[in-house]
Amino acid sequence: MTQSAADPARPAGLATREADGKLVLEPSGDWLLETIAKMDRPLREIAASTPADRMVIDLSGIGRIDTSGAYMLGRGLRGASDQDADQHYTGDHPTARRLIAEVHQRCKVAEPQEEAPGGYGLHRLMERIGAGVEDFASEAWDTFAFFGRTLSTLAASLLNPSRLRLTPTIYLMETVGINALPIIATLSFFIGAVVAFMGANLLETFGAAVFTVELVGIAVLREFGVLITAIMLAGRSDSAFTASIGSMKMQQEIDAMKVIGLDPYEVLVIPRVIACVVMAPLLTLAAMLAGLFGGCLVAWATLDISPNFFIARLQSTIDWTHFLVGMSKAPVFGLIIAIIGCRQGMKVGGDVESLGARTTASVVQAIFAVIVVDALFAMMYLELDI
Amino acid sequence: MSGRPIIEVRGLRTAFGSHVVHDGLDLEIRRGEVLGIVGGSGSGKSVLFHTILGLITPERGEIFFDGKPMLRMSKAERTRLERRWGVLFQGSALFSALTVRENICAPIREHVDMPQALMNEIADLKLGLAGLGLEAADKYPSELSGGMRKRAGLARALALDPDILFLDEPTAGLDPISAAAFDALLAEIAPTLGITVVMITHDLDTLHAACDRVAAIADKRIVAVDTLERLAQHEHPWIRSYFGGPRGRAVLRG
Repeated sequence: MTQSAADPARPAGLATREADGKLVLEPSGDWLLETIAKMDRPLREIAASTPADRMVIDLSGIGRIDTSGAYMLGRGLRGASDQDADQHYTGDHPTARRLIAEVHQRCKVAEPQEEAPGGYGLHRLMERIGAGVEDFASEAWDTFAFFGRTLSTLAASLLNPSRLRLTPTIYLMETVGINALPIIATLSFFIGAVVAFMGANLLETFGAAVFTVELVGIAVLREFGVLITAIMLAGRSDSAFTASIGSMKMQQEIDAMKVIGLDPYEVLVIPRVIACVVMAPLLTLAAMLAGLFGGCLVAWATLDISPNFFIARLQSTIDWTHFLVGMSKAPVFGLIIAIIGCRQGMKVGGDVESLGARTTASVVQAIFAVIVVDALFAMMYLELDI
Repeated sequence: MSGRPIIEVRGLRTAFGSHVVHDGLDLEIRRGEVLGIVGGSGSGKSVLFHTILGLITPERGEIFFDGKPMLRMSKAERTRLERRWGVLFQGSALFSALTVRENICAPIREHVDMPQALMNEIADLKLGLAGLGLEAADKYPSELSGGMRKRAGLARALALDPDILFLDEPTAGLDPISAAAFDALLAEIAPTLGITVVMITHDLDTLHAACDRVAAIADKRIVAVDTLERLAQHEHPWIRSYFGGPRGRAVLRG
């Protein structure tokens, strides 16, 4: 007892002896959380072979004891008619008896249960596939519902422009657009450079190196400029939308808005949608310029195509439609990204776990949707011969 | 029991930028007592708490745990020390990805080597000690009511049978009946388990029912530490207005 709690614990021990037809347990050492693990099995064996009414605990040998130790010692007495009766205890200890009684009184400990067996492998596999398909369908359905709701709110806002929130919209344009400009331009520059490198290498073997200009022009204008922008927006802004709206949801801010009479769609979703739809084409334009610049530098360095010639050839061979095709996709991608980000944010539940899960789902869905829609655009323009 | 205080705070100064929260704060926490800390909103109660727990590093001052300076401890010493305290944060701070039982098992698993089945039994025991039924064990924190979450947080704080228990506003947000039950629980388990309890509270009933001594924070330091009755007679203006209001008078009368 003179031991302080800071001292290392002595191991717990247990001896038994028979006396007057009763089984006396003689615990020794410290019965603490860190020492009792080894005592679990012997105590269980004793409890299984001895009726609780015949059990007596000799408290005098115990050093320190905590609630876990008291629980272990007292566990065998739970079946007794009166588990705290004096006949079950002998010897003195300043706290053990009281602790054991306290633990008995407060805790009804359930027997450990067996895990419910799961189904067979194939069955479980099918089940998971089915759940996945159902989940995909309902997610898609919900996204369209959210899209519709957003469009109707947007239409209402446009009919009554005083309902548009100008300040947050401008602020979001800055975070979504201007702040993303450096990274999107840099990435696009490198993509343009890589395309030029590959084209130069390959086309030079045919003696058609000069077509690198067309390759870079068409690839960057039609696809890469807008795709890089959309993927960066999905990684950067879409996740931010989900996280910020989701944490507002968790803090009940959305509920507060509804109660005050603010429409969360109008306050949160519409500014983000407008910011994305407006900024996506502008970022795409920047991405295109950066990509062409990258291609131009590489062509100059490896093929001796001077920037003057590069630009002249671009102007003479690349039709404006390529540029327009690329630009036409940008607002659509912006819309998709904003809608998915906001919807996933609104779906966040009460706990932190769902915030993470929703943010992940948001980015994955946004990039998936962007690429699928890009493929649809490609097919459409192919059919239209543009 | 030695007469040495379990925690001793000396000349503490904490500041965030130019905003000084504590300046020259002294506090002694005696072994085995239940100490309440009161103070106005923004007076730095939680900051004091977090400083003692090591979540905030003070600018100046010393904190001794069992006579050892906490700010100059090695990592290993510190881990041994953390093993000896339990903390209930203001929002319970249960791990939302784990069930209540797994929450209670988390500190046990970290510090003690024992089989899972026994760990589950111990977790159920702690749930019982904190006054929660077994039906809560398999639930996630988001499925619990505020009061149950507090109790689950208390169960986790008790998991390692701590020497000292830190409670940050344990009864805030509870209805009077649950709060009274919490006070009774605390008054019962603290002496039985031999735990020292430090709690921040605004609840005058809790101060009255559960605390041996009460410390008042004002003017960036502890202005007085005494029993509730004696503290109420203190002449510091903040303490006067704290206990002089209708709520304070009602509690002191009762």
